[in-house]
Amino acid sequence: MSRFVDLTLSGVSNGMIYAAVALSLVLIWRATRIVNFAQGGMLMITTFVASSVIASSGSYWLGFAVALASGLVLGAVVERVLVRRVESGPPLNAVILTLGLLILLQAVAGMIWGGTPRSFPPAFSIRGYFVGGRHVLFAPFDTFTVLSVLGVALLLWLLFRGTGVGLQMRAAAFAPMVARLQGVRVGRMLTLGWALAALSGSLAGLLVAPAVFVGPNNFDPILVFGFTAAVLGGPDSPVGAVVGGLVLGLSLSYVSGYAGSALVTLAALAILILVLMARPGGLFTATRARRI
Amino acid sequence: MRGAPRLREQTLLRHLALAVALGAVLYVVSTELSAFNDLRLASVAYFFTALAGLTVLTGLSGQISLGHGALMAVGAYATALLVGRSGWALVPALAAAAAITAAVGAVVGVFAARLRGPYLAGATLAFAVGLPGLADRYPGTFGGENGLTVPPPIPPSGLGATFPLERWEAWIACGCALVTLVLLANLVRGRVGRAFRAVRDDEVAAQLAGLNVARVQVLAFVVSAACAGLAGGAFVAVTQLAAPGAFQLALSLSLLTGIVLGGLGSLTGALWGAIALVLLPQWSNDIANAFSLNTNVQSNLPLAVYGVVLMGVIVAAPAGIQGALRRLARLRPARPSRTPQEEGAP
Repeated sequence: MSRFVDLTLSGVSNGMIYAAVALSLVLIWRATRIVNFAQGGMLMITTFVASSVIASSGSYWLGFAVALASGLVLGAVVERVLVRRVESGPPLNAVILTLGLLILLQAVAGMIWGGTPRSFPPAFSIRGYFVGGRHVLFAPFDTFTVLSVLGVALLLWLLFRGTGVGLQMRAAAFAPMVARLQGVRVGRMLTLGWALAALSGSLAGLLVAPAVFVGPNNFDPILVFGFTAAVLGGPDSPVGAVVGGLVLGLSLSYVSGYAGSALVTLAALAILILVLMARPGGLFTATRARRI
Repeated sequence: MRGAPRLREQTLLRHLALAVALGAVLYVVSTELSAFNDLRLASVAYFFTALAGLTVLTGLSGQISLGHGALMAVGAYATALLVGRSGWALVPALAAAAAITAAVGAVVGVFAARLRGPYLAGATLAFAVGLPGLADRYPGTFGGENGLTVPPPIPPSGLGATFPLERWEAWIACGCALVTLVLLANLVRGRVGRAFRAVRDDEVAAQLAGLNVARVQVLAFVVSAACAGLAGGAFVAVTQLAAPGAFQLALSLSLLTGIVLGGLGSLTGALWGAIALVLLPQWSNDIANAFSLNTNVQSNLPLAVYGVVLMGVIVAAPAGIQGALRRLARLRPARPSRTPQEEGAP
């Protein structure tokens, strides 16, 4: 029973990290109808930046802030310089472009920081709380993980629902032509959307790095999990991204605990397929074309 | 109209004649090449086998797959198990590997037929990232991180005692490539190829024309997976090793680079892509040596080139090398484009 509790607790914590990645994918999907496969590479780069800043300055929080800021900039630059060129094209082109960016970012990281994964410090202790005579698998750092992701999700929700900029972003995403006629700077809103998405992604990188270490390929599974969580919750829904992340985190935690950690990615694939098969028409606009 | 059946026969004959001629050229080339270059020829051949299948899937039937590296792994492990454990001869093992991978491809294809664009990419991405985990999970069967080794294929004694192993490996891989080329060339020129293109361009119209869209898409996946499996088997015959490290996500992505660079949907383009996949790492090594770049830069230069090539081609020249060659040579009048760039155009 205590094992089940432990797996549940670590599932919640991991799930929040997947939720942050899912959020970043959902934000971009809403804004540009593109799945950003480079997200895993982008959060890998910002986490490497954080690692370097922490190593040279000795301050975790300086590295944390620099990573989030560089995420914002990276997201904006990627949208403005690269993605803008394929936004109006067929979906396959955008997929291939973001994959190209993923490969390039991984190669650049390997060139600068080398291929050997390095450790990354957690913000707070990773020694579990002492509850009922034993240390449970939930530490102060997990509390921080849960709170920071929920905080980001809440801020995004407030931004979209409660501010003029948020309204403009939603308008630009759902009816670009009409929004433009109403004076919304659509291009600028898309850039802002990518920047915010990359910010959420870089937070996920900082939170997961102590567990998976920082290396060019270490965040590949995180991208898969984030994608799965986004699909679970519905790719248009930020709230769904958080719920999807949570559900996925719990499921994968049980799979890892009871069946072996090597099967976790395949389990994510199985969940992804199950969801897509169970709700083929409801989840995606793309499948609607076939329902004739 | 009257000559149509005869024309189709002629197409088959033409492809067979082309394959025989290509085989003769490859025979001469392989005997002239050094052992090292024979191995490179073998690499081009197995990459071509995989790329030809993938370009038919993505370029003609319009389904992207990031899981072809994993499908190659299926073929590779099947070959390694059949040859290494069960003592099969190489040729039946290769055929079995293609069949087994085709079966896996059928399962993947059934799911894939219900997914579109980014979702298909995401699902096959999960497949590519997840599958190598099986080798770790079942080390008794798949050899864990170290993978499985097989004995090198022995050249038949009729070729002489001094016949170099590398040339024999090149022949095996080129044989796989030629078989793939003939079969695929016939497939895409015929009814099936037309069905692939119809489904890619407009599913609703294809369905109205009497095509079973899902079945066509699954068929494309099966054909493509069989090629990937055969390529994986040829890979094992050449390298004598099937290990998870060789089939990471990077392989799937470099296969995608190969077909995009060569020109989506073009079998000739697949050849350019295969040559590029073998030569690019070599060139970037040379460049790195010439400028005495450090090992981190050197080992990642090919990947960086792949990334830049993928982005550059898709933004600037979506028809790839083959498209550029066609335009350059003006060999044929402009025909409806097969590239995804113009797919959305009216």
